[in-house]
Amino acid sequence: MFYRENGQFKTSYRADQQIFPITQDRIAILAIVAFAAVGVPLLVDEYLYRAILIPFLILSLAALGVNILVGYCGQISLGSGAFMAVGAYMAYNTYIRVDGMPLIVALLSGGFFATLVGMVFGIPSLRVKGLYLAVATLAAQFFCDWAFLRVGWFTNNNASGSVSVSDLTVLGWTINTPMDKYLFCLGFLLVFGLLAKNLVRSAIGREWMAIRDMDVAAAVIGIRPMYAKLSAFAVSSFIVGVAGALWGFIHLGSWEPAAFSIDRSFQLLFMVIIGGMGSIMGSFFGAGFIVVLPIFLNQVLPAVGELFGVTISTATVSHAEYMVFGSLIVWFLIVEPHGLAKLWSVGKQKLRLWPFPH
Amino acid sequence: MAFFLETLFGGLMAGMLYSLVALGFVLIFKASGVFNFAQGAMVLVAALAMARFSEWFPMWFGFENMFLANLLAFAAATVFMFLLAWLIERLVLRHLVNQEGVTLLMATLGITYFIDGFGQTIFGSDIYKIDVGMPKEPIFVLDSIFEGGVLVNQEDVVAAVIAALLVAALSLFFQKTATGRALRAVADDHQAAQSIGIPLNRIWVIVWCVAGITALVAGIIWGSKLGVQFSLTTVALRALPVIILGGLTSVPGAIIGGLIIGVGEKLSEVYLGPLVGGGIEIWFAYMLALVFLLFRPQGLFGEKIIDRV
Amino acid sequence: MSKKIGDVILDVQHISLRFGGVKALTDISFNVREHEVRAIIGPNGAGKSSMLNCINGVYTPTEGSIMFRGQTFSHMNSRQVAEMGIARTFQNLALFKGMSVIDNIMTGRNLRIKSNLFLQALRVGPAQAEEERHREFVEHIIDFLEIQAHRKTPVGQLPYGLQKRVDLGRALAMEPQVLLLDEPMAGMNLEEKQDMSRFILDVNDEFGTTIVLIEHDMGVVMDISDRVVVLDYGKKIGDGTPDEVRNNEEVIQAYLGTSH
Repeated sequence: MFYRENGQFKTSYRADQQIFPITQDRIAILAIVAFAAVGVPLLVDEYLYRAILIPFLILSLAALGVNILVGYCGQISLGSGAFMAVGAYMAYNTYIRVDGMPLIVALLSGGFFATLVGMVFGIPSLRVKGLYLAVATLAAQFFCDWAFLRVGWFTNNNASGSVSVSDLTVLGWTINTPMDKYLFCLGFLLVFGLLAKNLVRSAIGREWMAIRDMDVAAAVIGIRPMYAKLSAFAVSSFIVGVAGALWGFIHLGSWEPAAFSIDRSFQLLFMVIIGGMGSIMGSFFGAGFIVVLPIFLNQVLPAVGELFGVTISTATVSHAEYMVFGSLIVWFLIVEPHGLAKLWSVGKQKLRLWPFPH
Repeated sequence: MAFFLETLFGGLMAGMLYSLVALGFVLIFKASGVFNFAQGAMVLVAALAMARFSEWFPMWFGFENMFLANLLAFAAATVFMFLLAWLIERLVLRHLVNQEGVTLLMATLGITYFIDGFGQTIFGSDIYKIDVGMPKEPIFVLDSIFEGGVLVNQEDVVAAVIAALLVAALSLFFQKTATGRALRAVADDHQAAQSIGIPLNRIWVIVWCVAGITALVAGIIWGSKLGVQFSLTTVALRALPVIILGGLTSVPGAIIGGLIIGVGEKLSEVYLGPLVGGGIEIWFAYMLALVFLLFRPQGLFGEKIIDRV
Repeated sequence: MSKKIGDVILDVQHISLRFGGVKALTDISFNVREHEVRAIIGPNGAGKSSMLNCINGVYTPTEGSIMFRGQTFSHMNSRQVAEMGIARTFQNLALFKGMSVIDNIMTGRNLRIKSNLFLQALRVGPAQAEEERHREFVEHIIDFLEIQAHRKTPVGQLPYGLQKRVDLGRALAMEPQVLLLDEPMAGMNLEEKQDMSRFILDVNDEFGTTIVLIEHDMGVVMDISDRVVVLDYGKKIGDGTPDEVRNNEEVIQAYLGTSH
């Protein structure tokens, strides 16, 4: 009843090609963005920022990057944690070694170096795929784990092995309150989200999807698999690198390589699978889900346990987390390989017909 | 020189442990075309089961004989692994029959995480001991050639023998039995095998059970040597480069690949490590695998990977 | 026929193709003239698809060469072939199942899209205009193939006959000079075959596209082709106009089946 396209005619291809062709969608998205930018800061307390919102924003960005590589281009990657690390450490080095380096440039430079590393470790994708490619990306992960731990230059030869940043300012605006951090990350996410959406609906996005769906046929049409795959690695690593830099600079403030370990890589991959592969929206859903779930379990499980007179330890909660993640991954792959995003769009389809059944 | 030999032996023994884990991967892949990322987790949970059962049974049933405890524990752990295999086939694999490799890979990733949480919930997350009576005393060999002799762990030697026996048994199974033949048919082409009447589901359960037993043996040997604690990085992920080197479809490849990786790791750590800050063990195997992926993805003994239009 | 058939533009010279011990093609030679409709026929397993795969760069022939517009190649490179203006459809429909009909056909325009990554990300000015231009071209193809209603449907959800049209549409989007069609009418009923024949003839007529066509339906072949090549067990056993080929003893034997 409310969600109909009746009367919405497109008179130009440009209009038809918009990101949100349906007016109701456009309004909804603008409302959400407005709420996120203005409403949330008015309503939310510090804990919510730190525990949920800021991680959600940054990990959404990272998931976006991973989705481009895994979901749109079909190249499996278990090394995203490493690319986040490259972003974080190189942004750090750019920031502290170059006098007067603006914050945003430093963060973007992190992304740039992540791009280089991503393209190098993406070269095997020209030869192999599937499991074999997964192993190649794991090589990136473990190599970077080692490099940031053992090669002193990256940590500015810091004795403790961890690095930290402080006094972050952008054009005179000091970023220190959680709300500042939140808005800063929101800005990044919106900009990158838009750029990513543009890419996936243009020629390059179609190339990526063609490679994913059938790379032999793609070659016959004149798509160059090498260009498509490496560009996917490049763009993906850039976004993931920037997310890594944000994670280190904004969310953690000070970090060690363990922040970007293989668990992080798995976490990002799970976000993409659960949220929806090949869907920008899906990255947000997946990130939100995975950020909220541990907190949810932490509150709910002990409460349920008490009902039955059983004390549930934190270790058990974390094991439960693993079990829930694992089962959800399997469940989604069996039942809805396109993840929450597909469930969402099916829901919208039903909404278009509502209140009629079909 | 003696030191070099010791490092070499140490590497061979470590490599053999990797081979045992890799063996499970190869088995499942050979027989069902599924790459089971969860194999490492299976090794760990099998070892955990063994460790805890051997602790609990004497407590529950009130006896002291270690040998009896281990025997019962082994039996119980085997049953546990069979159950696990059956559940995995029933709940997961059956529903993903015709999906592409990547989907199956990610499903086994999910299974890995699940087993991680599940195993530790049931059996606990501390470090546990497995004591199956492996000889712990090191011995010195070749002391006629080298002064003082070369240090070799008896436990490692026994483990190597067990591993060799296991490999021999598996090879016989695959090559000489009807079930083995059926398994190879299934690995080649699920649908074709189904269409000639091979009961896919039952075959897969068999395969996973065999892999489960392999996991148990590997787990016991690992656990006996290093103590049992759930840590994927130490076990599961170490075995992946082995199969890249050896070839995903080759049992001898898994063995040789494991030995190469084991030796390579130890030697590179000892001789190259100090030059670059140490700790290169964590990536040596993977970088070696990376080189193979670029130039010979099928590994030393695997079949060439062919893409059809 | 009022159309003008031109000179030889594609010449297959002594192509042999072996996979290990299997001889897929043995010493095949034939040519294709501009603007004609050339059919390749033969019993199953004769090597027809393999022949197209050689022309297309998917397979590398063991021996022989291919001449296209005066240039000779010992093997073709897929992208080069696409750039030279040869497009094809596939027997098993190599469509991009995850994408919509429009997107599938748009991929055929890829060679002509010039904006780089950055412009596409920003989607301003030239990038946006280019995207619209190509969309317009693709819409013409969609009109031509009468699949307007299914534009936004993911291709995997369409019935087989429509998928075949999308496959054709994608090849047409490349504005090819030569169109290789691999059993375009397989699995179609009579009406669908009539539609598809009409499309093929229209393409040949309006755009002058040279068509090389593998087909099993003899009625269709005899009706729409100018010349026919007959393959059997990887060897050429007939080459000429439909009438000539129809009366060729060897061809009749091959189809009816006698002991070889």
